[in-house]
Amino acid sequence: MLKSLDPSVVGNDATVDLQKEFEASNIDDVFEKLDRDLVGLKPIKTRIREIAALLLVDRLRRKFGISSETPTLHMNFTGNPGTGKTTVALRMAEILHRLGYVREGHLVSVTRDDLVGQYVGHTAPKTREVIKRAMGGVLFIDEAYYLYKPQNERDYGQESIEILLQCMENNRDDLVVILAGYKNKMDRFFDSNPGMRSRIAHHLDFPDYSPPELKAIAEIMLSGQNYRLSEGAASALEEYIPLRMKLPHFSNARSIRNALDRARLRQANRLFAGRGEKLTRLDLVTIEEQDIRGSRVFVEGKLDGDPADGAVS
Amino acid sequence: MMTNPGNKVTQGQFSFLPDLTDAQISAQIKYALKNNWAVSVEYSDDPHPRNTYWEMYGNPMFDLKDPAGILMEINACRKALPDMYIRVTAFDSSKGWEAPRMSFIVNRPPNEPGFRLLRQERDGRSQGYTIVPYATDRPEGERSSR
Repeated sequence: MLKSLDPSVVGNDATVDLQKEFEASNIDDVFEKLDRDLVGLKPIKTRIREIAALLLVDRLRRKFGISSETPTLHMNFTGNPGTGKTTVALRMAEILHRLGYVREGHLVSVTRDDLVGQYVGHTAPKTREVIKRAMGGVLFIDEAYYLYKPQNERDYGQESIEILLQCMENNRDDLVVILAGYKNKMDRFFDSNPGMRSRIAHHLDFPDYSPPELKAIAEIMLSGQNYRLSEGAASALEEYIPLRMKLPHFSNARSIRNALDRARLRQANRLFAGRGEKLTRLDLVTIEEQDIRGSRVFVEGKLDGDPADGAVS
Repeated sequence: MMTNPGNKVTQGQFSFLPDLTDAQISAQIKYALKNNWAVSVEYSDDPHPRNTYWEMYGNPMFDLKDPAGILMEINACRKALPDMYIRVTAFDSSKGWEAPRMSFIVNRPPNEPGFRLLRQERDGRSQGYTIVPYATDRPEGERSSR
């Protein structure tokens, strides 16, 4: 739903200025923030720019009094874990709100458990409540393929899907739905629910991050928590990332975050061990090389954490 | 008669105005949500002014950000119970208030017969007055005028 602008309509011979409209809309702000805060993700940023261009052109059309239907904005995010799907969905709610496509801009994040009931008659009210809460904003359904379980004929996921489909079609002005999950599972989900696929306008794939991108993400995470890397630590991190990527259970940005948390743990213990000396602010803020090199990924070529408790680095 | 054609029950806000459109109802609900009031939908077929507690249609909705969801509930209620009075109430739970702040009727039965005025003779030619809704002449469930 688009915000209403200047109601005066110009004549058919007048000309309108796209550049002025662009500057007036503050969309550039949104793009800059996106570029700054999120590393990589080129296909997603491109798609957001395209949607913004559509909005601007639509505004110009309204100046001539030509209105058009709200475009379908439902999206599907596919990709490996830790590639930023949930983060971008959060941002998408804010971006669409700034572009004027959604009214309130809040995000309601649900999984199958929030939508599907345990007994007959339980699913419909549950799903409807979630949809009501999400109206005016974005409904983000994580692991959407779990909604449909064909092998269990008493599963109520199908009912939830029907309600969602109806809502996605009839309340396009009020609600944007974003599904997320692994690519192969989502493909299978869409194959069995062609109605769902036809309602999704934007299928976006989140590629895995490259080592330089992961390092940049690490730096953003650290500076956000007021830490910095020493030079030795920075080069140790550059060596760490490709080594970690080869080991199992690699979750992109999440694995980086875990590694940094462990480095902070080692830093704290190192400082504690030498607690006789006085510490400066720089000591507290800097992660040294040995804090990164202490990881088992370097020492033994294995993941950090006790195999018994399943913690990964 | 002339001042109130159709005998519209004048209870709650906006009751002297023509029925609110969906867009106007949305705007009012938006105001209530902005003030963090809990909005709920209630129905009844007994329009007596002392009938305070109407039946609730679903739970109060206080965690919604947008009126579209509540309008969905209102329309569902209208479809399910077209012959009832349906009203929307906004409840303020902040300290010192703990009371409904807004309440307006969004649906009326097709025929509103209104109220019967009963006069009671008391001592010394004084009169006592009571009003009784015509709707309650019939038992619950049979009050639809169709």
